[in-house]
Amino acid sequence: MAVRVVTDQPAVETPVVADRRGLLATVARALASNRKAVAGLALFGFFVLIALLAPVIAPYDPSALQFDQMLPPSGRHLLGTTGTGQDIFSQLVFGTRESLLIAVLAGLGATAVSVLIGVSAAYMGGLWDHILNLFTDVFLVLPTLPLMIIVGTYLNNRGLLVLIGVIVITGWSYGARQLRSQALSLRNREFLEAARVRGERSLYIIVFEVLPNMTSLIVAIFFGAALYAVLAAAGLQFIGLGDPNSLSWGTMLYWAQANGALLAGSPVWVLAPGLCIASLGAAFALINYAFDEIANPALRPAKKRR
Amino acid sequence: MSYLVRRLEFFVITLWAALTLNFILPRVMPGDPGQAMLVRYHGRVSPETIKAIEVAFGLHSNEPVLQQYLEYLRNTFTGNFGTSVTFFPVPVGDIIKQGLPWTLGLVGTATIIAFLLGTLLGMLSAWRRGGFFDAILPPAFIVISAFPYFWLGLFALLVFAITLGWFPLGFAYDLTTSINLSWDFIGQVIWHGALPALTIVITSIGGWILTMRNTMITTLAEDYVKMARAKGLSPVRIMLMYAGRNAILPNLTGFAMSLGFVISGAILVEIVFNYPGLGFTLLQAVHSEDYALMQTLFLMLTVAVLVAVLAADVLTAILDPRTREQG
Repeated sequence: MAVRVVTDQPAVETPVVADRRGLLATVARALASNRKAVAGLALFGFFVLIALLAPVIAPYDPSALQFDQMLPPSGRHLLGTTGTGQDIFSQLVFGTRESLLIAVLAGLGATAVSVLIGVSAAYMGGLWDHILNLFTDVFLVLPTLPLMIIVGTYLNNRGLLVLIGVIVITGWSYGARQLRSQALSLRNREFLEAARVRGERSLYIIVFEVLPNMTSLIVAIFFGAALYAVLAAAGLQFIGLGDPNSLSWGTMLYWAQANGALLAGSPVWVLAPGLCIASLGAAFALINYAFDEIANPALRPAKKRR
Repeated sequence: MSYLVRRLEFFVITLWAALTLNFILPRVMPGDPGQAMLVRYHGRVSPETIKAIEVAFGLHSNEPVLQQYLEYLRNTFTGNFGTSVTFFPVPVGDIIKQGLPWTLGLVGTATIIAFLLGTLLGMLSAWRRGGFFDAILPPAFIVISAFPYFWLGLFALLVFAITLGWFPLGFAYDLTTSINLSWDFIGQVIWHGALPALTIVITSIGGWILTMRNTMITTLAEDYVKMARAKGLSPVRIMLMYAGRNAILPNLTGFAMSLGFVISGAILVEIVFNYPGLGFTLLQAVHSEDYALMQTLFLMLTVAVLVAVLAADVLTAILDPRTREQG
């Protein structure tokens, strides 16, 4: 699981959005000129494509037990076969679907909770801010994996939605903290004051005035949460808390470990799904970092040494 | 000392939250783990143990919740965690006592190494903006931080233990020897702990490098750094004593707050290496649906993280005069 270091640095002041198209164009231009973003987006797009075209790419039915067991990689089986005679390459291709789905859905869910709690804390201020902030910090410090394991075991339902729910519950706090500090820095800006003087309702101000100014941070938080989701789901499935009959990279690792693939001389079975998890995670991490750089120009790599 | 008081408040509240979560979870979750345990235990354990299980899992529906809660708190603080199913009839407390030193030793050592090394590398990376370290390290560690801990552990196991045979396949010491304090035994512990520790260091160091670099970039732009340069101080002195020293504090706070993530990863590393710590025990508890053991493990891991956070807070209070000024 990635370490996400929390600091209390003041949030960077983002420019006030003039119009919506201008913002999107600016973000697109900034992304295109950022090498990390290009690499990350390309990798992400690659996996999306594989997930969509899985039936075309995979040579065999991923769950059919039709081949000899533990075959080494060969022309017929690019990555060999599993301990129960399934084609590892086909499993890998089809597994992309569930792994990607978990990452995106859990990422979206966690981001939504972050926005809700982080922005309301900053906007409401006073005692509410103190309580919500404390709540966020508590969730930040609690070791999430044991918590996920306990909840997962109690529920005793190894379905996809449970897995996503558990990841959302444990994964929102980091983003909420970042959003709160940025929303705090926006709070007293003139355009918000103007909206208040106009007599706009709080909900309108938050949705149409505050949130558009935090777009790049929210996108960064989504990719950070998606990275967390990829790793958390893989970890939970690896120790057997996922649905063992589902097809995803984490489940493949679970079966590989259960069959002692490493010692049985079938390392590809372990290496391939792990490498996919790492690549998808890296894609999210790169995009997340690129958005941080876009929001905070000071972090960009120096063009030349002074 | 208002800073420390505020942090102490946080410590107490988080501890209370974890305790309460532990109390609520079995009561709101579907299924009836407590009843299942009672059936399994029937006639095998003392009436006191039965009572403890009933209290922990809320089987006294006729008692008011508040009374159950108070009794649960009293049991927890007196170390009465119930009996483990996995290691029947060993009390949960004893199992924790066996696993805790291994986890603390492994995770503690690896985390301190990662923090020191990461801070130093982050410092160098920010000092030479665009230099060798800065071009290679941050991007490399963004990618590595995306690797699952356990998978990197499996990879290390494959390369260094199975293929090369340099390190043992797992566990914390040779099972043929018993625990003692000889040099031979200490050597075994280091030799067995090297691969798991290396895995934790590699996956967690990136976070420290990145934050240290980013904070250091901010401090390097401060006036006192310009002043130090103008005075003609040596670059090493400016880097370590002026910019670096001031960038460490936020990093230390971040370090403490991130320990929960590190512990989560370390649990998986222990599972991969069959390391006899709390993480490995947790897996065994999951497999045999040993709820009492699972919940106590969660509590113990939380307490371990919280104590580390508090230690970092005290250290911050000692190092940063600003925390002492505000009365």
